[in-house]
Amino acid sequence: MIEANKLRKTFNKGKVVAVDEVSFSAPDGQITGLLGPNGAGKTTTLRMLYTLLKPDSGSMRVDGIDPEDAPLKIKRALGVVPDSRGLYDRLTARENIRYYGRLHGLDSATISRRIEEFVRVLDMGEFIDRKTDGFSQGQRVKVAIARALIHEPRTVLLDEPSNGLDVMTTRALRGFLRELKAQGRCVVLSTHIMQEVAALCDRIVIIAHGRVAAEGTADELLARSGKTTLEDAFVKLIGSDEGLLA
Amino acid sequence: MIGVYLKELLDNFRDRRVIINTLILGPLFGPIIFAVMISFMTRQATERMEAPLELPVVGAEHAPNLINFLERQGVIITEAPVDPEAAVRQEIEEVILRLGPDFAAAWEAGQPAPVELIADLSLRYSGTTISRVRGYLNGWSGQVSQLRLQLRGVHPDLTRPLNIQVTDLSTPESRGGMVLAFLPYFILITVFMGSMHMAIDTTAGERERKSLEPLLINPLPRWQIMAGKLGATTTFALMTLGLGLVAFVVAMGFLPVADMDIALNLDLRVAAWAFLLCAPAALLAAALLTILAAFAKSFREAQSYMGLVILVPMIPSFWILIDPTRTETWMTMVPLLSQNVLILDLVRGEPVNLAWFGLSIATTSLAALVLAAIAGTLYNRPNLIFTSG
Repeated sequence: MIEANKLRKTFNKGKVVAVDEVSFSAPDGQITGLLGPNGAGKTTTLRMLYTLLKPDSGSMRVDGIDPEDAPLKIKRALGVVPDSRGLYDRLTARENIRYYGRLHGLDSATISRRIEEFVRVLDMGEFIDRKTDGFSQGQRVKVAIARALIHEPRTVLLDEPSNGLDVMTTRALRGFLRELKAQGRCVVLSTHIMQEVAALCDRIVIIAHGRVAAEGTADELLARSGKTTLEDAFVKLIGSDEGLLA
Repeated sequence: MIGVYLKELLDNFRDRRVIINTLILGPLFGPIIFAVMISFMTRQATERMEAPLELPVVGAEHAPNLINFLERQGVIITEAPVDPEAAVRQEIEEVILRLGPDFAAAWEAGQPAPVELIADLSLRYSGTTISRVRGYLNGWSGQVSQLRLQLRGVHPDLTRPLNIQVTDLSTPESRGGMVLAFLPYFILITVFMGSMHMAIDTTAGERERKSLEPLLINPLPRWQIMAGKLGATTTFALMTLGLGLVAFVVAMGFLPVADMDIALNLDLRVAAWAFLLCAPAALLAAALLTILAAFAKSFREAQSYMGLVILVPMIPSFWILIDPTRTETWMTMVPLLSQNVLILDLVRGEPVNLAWFGLSIATTSLAALVLAAIAGTLYNRPNLIFTSG
């Protein structure tokens, strides 16, 4: 469960406003999509949630905990697949995942067991013991997801998870996210691809120019904009189609 | 923290480039250059001292007695070139002796006869030859003046109010110390070379791979992540240092020590002391390089900073080379300088001064810990985390 309340973040001593009073909530057992054009402030919002950036003002709660009060506790509660999915090239996929498991303080037996689960669920058997140098985007994302979720977090944040993935891998990814949702977890993903939210998300938060333009289910957004297709609804709600359809 | 440490070690041990650079070339670089340098220097020196001296003389006909004397001493007198100054300037000849036409007249009159040595004193290699020629000339001058005084019934000792004797207390070890003046630099440089690649890989490399952001999302205080990285870097530096010292001990065995009439006091016991002395410097180097590399966005940018930092341990070595003084207590409190002077004391075979060693280790450790603490705070700065935005 995530609650963000009037989050604001500026850069360059206030000259660049990246996120301007963003409020939204993401309940457990649902997939919430942050939709917006490139540069709208989605990544910055997520970074504040996973405590890598400090908001200038506003407040947030993850499962009722303020990230600023207990950053380590929040990091244990969250599983994050950030925008940068750097893996260690000289380590195998398994070693990459195991490293994060260790950093979470898990014992080897638990780590091995969970890696086997991920190998099965994400279909990683073919490359789990290969060095990650030369991995395809899809393989990298799978490793990044496995290592981010090795500690079975209740809340999962994904920044542009389907970036650079082919159709089959995207389908597999969506299936996996639905599974997380079915387990009752809170899933938040950011994307600039409209079809993605339409296919996957229970709740949609449209962010443009650092602000929340609209929030609700797909039907609510359609009703509010008075349009018949989601695409038209987004364009209307954002005010332009800049960057959205790229 | 230990997880980070082990992972960085595993990660870097997988990289053959790191292993070759850090654990093979790094430790060998110093001893090889050093051994080649030393044996070349000694061979040159011995050759110059022992080879027959060839001396071009202008106007040899003006002083046949002097020429006779020189030839009896084994000097080979040769024909001087037409333009002696030009010959020396063009480094065709090292030293040319010129006897003017007024030599004979002054000699007959019993006045100091003019003798001119033409040489370029800024050419260091000519120093030995000049002093040899001078030595012969002084010898002849002394002989003649004794004869002259005796002829006039004066005891030659009257002209020697002082009888100067230098009692050389230098031991073979301490003379070896002079040759080894640059040894501390080559030892200290190994800890910098050992930590360089690792410092870059664990910081700038992590940014370049875009793996820093995901790493920092793990529930671990950032200083602990940095501590693990620093620990791994220091371990590499210590390995390079240890291997380098062993390589030095081995290399010293191949040097023509007997020809130099010096002993190089660099056995495994001295190497162990040197290791102890330089161990805190390994952390110092690791922390310093890590701080620099953490600011760099890419591997290449970090490497360009490193070139300059490698010069840092050179400063005290040069200073000692230019101004060789006795070790004083304050020197042992300056990191990098203290390693320099104390390693020099060690290879000169002086007894180990535990207080100085303690001071050196304590002050260097303190400086290293301060730097390490600074490094530990670096990842609290957002602009060091994100490669963009």
